[in-house]
Amino acid sequence: MATFMSLAQAIEAGVKNGNSVAMEGFTHLIPFAAGHEIIRQKKQNLTLIRMTPDLIYDQLVGAGCVKTLVFSWGGNPGVGSLHRVRDAIQNGFPKDLETVEHSHAAMANAYEAGAAGLPMAVFRGYIGSELSDVNDQIKFITCPFTSEKLACVPAIKPDVGIIHAQKADRQGNVLIEGIIGVQKEVVLSAKHSIVTVEEVVDKLDAHPNSCVLPAWTVDSIVVAKGGAHPSYAHGYYMRDNQYYKNWDAISRDRESFSQWLQSEVLQAGGQ
Amino acid sequence: MATNYTSTEMMTITAARSLSSHMTCFVGIGLPSEAANVARMTHAPDITLIYESGTIQTQPKILPLSIGDGELCESALTTVSVPEMFRYWLQGGHVDVGFLGTAQIDKYANLNTTVIATKYDKNGKNGKQSYAHPRVRLPGGGGAPEISTNAKEVFITVKHSTRTFVEEVDFVTTVGFGRDGKARDNLPQVGLGPTAVITDLCILKPHPQTKELIVVSLHPCVSRDQVIEATGWQIKFADTLSTTKAPSDIELEILRDLKARTEKAHNQQEDQ
Repeated sequence: MATFMSLAQAIEAGVKNGNSVAMEGFTHLIPFAAGHEIIRQKKQNLTLIRMTPDLIYDQLVGAGCVKTLVFSWGGNPGVGSLHRVRDAIQNGFPKDLETVEHSHAAMANAYEAGAAGLPMAVFRGYIGSELSDVNDQIKFITCPFTSEKLACVPAIKPDVGIIHAQKADRQGNVLIEGIIGVQKEVVLSAKHSIVTVEEVVDKLDAHPNSCVLPAWTVDSIVVAKGGAHPSYAHGYYMRDNQYYKNWDAISRDRESFSQWLQSEVLQAGGQ
Repeated sequence: MATNYTSTEMMTITAARSLSSHMTCFVGIGLPSEAANVARMTHAPDITLIYESGTIQTQPKILPLSIGDGELCESALTTVSVPEMFRYWLQGGHVDVGFLGTAQIDKYANLNTTVIATKYDKNGKNGKQSYAHPRVRLPGGGGAPEISTNAKEVFITVKHSTRTFVEEVDFVTTVGFGRDGKARDNLPQVGLGPTAVITDLCILKPHPQTKELIVVSLHPCVSRDQVIEATGWQIKFADTLSTTKAPSDIELEILRDLKARTEKAHNQQEDQ
């Protein structure tokens, strides 16, 4: 059952060193505030799972929290590279980074399989791609009915799933609107889930088919206003595209990243 | 016909012309997105544009910076989850054209967006080796590996240079026709694959039998030598080589307006 708590309490209670953690949000509703709190609490050896690592995992990798990265597209959308991730892969800085690389279809299917309680996902994928040569989690099976060769990957079942959402009601039921990505799948597939929200309201006013997570599917709820910035929260604030552009210069250089980390995360306190 | 246009504008407008109103197009970010929206704003007003963020039948007024900008969702007919997008809509066979960009492309239209390798060892060269020793780590596959096989056909748009057009890609992220040109043989559930590659110099299409990309149309004022110099393999030309039609004044105006509007909107966001 959902318990309201502070961000610091939720991360302290929910995220342990060595955990596998999926922080999702497909361009939209990326839980940046929660990511920064993980950095402040100096969590170590995490396996981070995310379709599009984006700036949030660039920051966590640069801060030295990450052992393994599971992903399917690792860039700064519309801008260029994730320089901290690249520095870790190419130069082992600040530490070596293992990668487990997939396609979007594979990860989306794997999250769905996790939510569905299956051990693996089956889909028509990876045909002719060399990703299966470098990722032993990609296998192929033969359909027992049609003999078609199909791809399969293990279900994603993270220790911790973290998402941001627009709002929760006072009971802790959560409403997600706009680009919903894999938000529902992450919460349902994770052993422990943390949801940060823009605000708490008396009534959700959700349409019958809205994307709603009942309070009993969520462990911790945290009010984190602006918690998805520099990504966006549909109906609340827009994507800060300039921040994404500026990140290129900040992250390119180890020293400027280190300064950013000090002033914007470590000394910023949090909510 | 206009005469005062850049080679990039020529590429975008040519790419736009490859699309038509009756198509459902799964759009990659960047050049494909620009071309698809120019098509929608010119000759293909009823084209259905789908982005992997889940937005179906979207009609953005400005170009998105990312694949999931709010503009895409707000202007869409509906927005579905990402698993639904890849399972029902793409894998389910509802996409006519996948429109992709790339970092590297080879003569069998295989795409590499994973790694640029350190060593080019011609004999021992394979994807695995390149992956273990990247000189440049690229973003990765994203939606492309399955767009390329589950869409009925694929268009690719990318600028022409020897850095991009290589004889063999360092890593096959997304299959065109495979390293031997035969990857799609005897696979009835898989789409036609790349049927057109549109660059700032020319249009290439796969040879019907060998699947090797050959030049079928040169853009106005582009010579064969320019294409030969910008291609990393011995490029072949079709027996009957066309000249691509230059952009019209209206097409250029719409493209330039779209880009100006996009820039202005992004700058306004910065001022907030």
